Amino acid sequence: MTDQRLEAIISVLLRTGVLISAAVVLLGGSCFLLKHGHEQPEYHVFHGTPETYRSISSVIHSVGPSNCQDIIQFGLLLLILTPVARVAFSLAGFALEHDGTYVALTSIVLAILIYSLAGPH
Amino acid sequence: MTNLEFTPLVFGISAVAGCLGALTGLGGGVVVTPALTLLLGVDIRYAIGASLVSVIATSSGAAAAFVREGYSNIRIGMFLEIATTLGALFGAFLATRTPTSILSVIFGLVLLHAAWQSSRGRPHGEKTQQPDRLAQRFKLDGSYPSPEGPCKYKVGRVKAGFSLMFGAGTLSGLLGIGSGALKVIAMDQAMRVPFKVSTTTSNFMIGVTAAASAGIYLTRGYIEPGLAMPVMLGVLAGSIIGARQLIGARVRVLRLIFAGVVGVMAVEMIFTGVKGKL
Repeated sequence: MTDQRLEAIISVLLRTGVLISAAVVLLGGSCFLLKHGHEQPEYHVFHGTPETYRSISSVIHSVGPSNCQDIIQFGLLLLILTPVARVAFSLAGFALEHDGTYVALTSIVLAILIYSLAGPH
Repeated sequence: MTNLEFTPLVFGISAVAGCLGALTGLGGGVVVTPALTLLLGVDIRYAIGASLVSVIATSSGAAAAFVREGYSNIRIGMFLEIATTLGALFGAFLATRTPTSILSVIFGLVLLHAAWQSSRGRPHGEKTQQPDRLAQRFKLDGSYPSPEGPCKYKVGRVKAGFSLMFGAGTLSGLLGIGSGALKVIAMDQAMRVPFKVSTTTSNFMIGVTAAASAGIYLTRGYIEPGLAMPVMLGVLAGSIIGARQLIGARVRVLRLIFAGVVGVMAVEMIFTGVKGKL
């Protein structure tokens, strides 16, 4: 495994992640407009989204054909996880290169990302 | 206004922002938030959440193209991402504690800088290089492809670059932007990384930085699916179109138009912030 090879694989990973998440968001968005197209959006006052949209586990658990916003949120979650996957992949790549310094550095970045997504705020 | 009218409008605004952002190299996120808050009256926290998500999309999409060309340096990127992700966490926490009027003023100031940067074009200076112990320790020096074969470069002033990157991460988390301009300054000007390597590595880093604050935004309820959907799809579509148009576009004229638009938005954001209308 060389740096160039690693970068090439990462670029495929990133593009795939963005395409899949955009497709899911588009699907959820079409469904949202069909079901709620004639409702008034209320984004001028901040209420914060419902609890089910606020954590990885609840977004994954609630996703299904019944609620279109859940599908959008699931797509957005896939998008947020794409850079995390790229860091995890880099970690594996540096491990294959036997580069201890960069395995350590990449682990720190991954830990920060996991803390942000899963940590108690 | 119903969702059937609101969603296409937001999509259109985001597509224009994404296209201009790609053409000028400033990214779409910095324009989406003021457009949503000033034109459509969206609460700045929802706008920031939606914008941040779109930043991840454009960064990951564009990074894929750049990485293939072999310009970006994943070691510099990963090393500096420690600073940007820590900054992003800090910024996102600050965002949840900062009054929206102050957020608006800070946003305006960042826009003013973006307008100035855009009107000036890219800076260029002669690069003299002192060897840097940290750069050697972390194997940051690299090479990029050029017509005359691989061109080697050395990296300097790593500590200064690292500190600037923490600042860039903080702004990214605070305002939901990619803060690519500041990342490029940290690498190009402070660390003396070649310009092309700086811009592509910056783009590569933006997604990871944004993901670090996106987690906090998500748990705080800033990421509203009905709004983030047209923003993300619009900015992504616009940036793909913008990147295709880049070759042959009259970038100089575009930069000036963009600087003008961003400048007006900057003044407007500061004004509404001071008056406490947001």
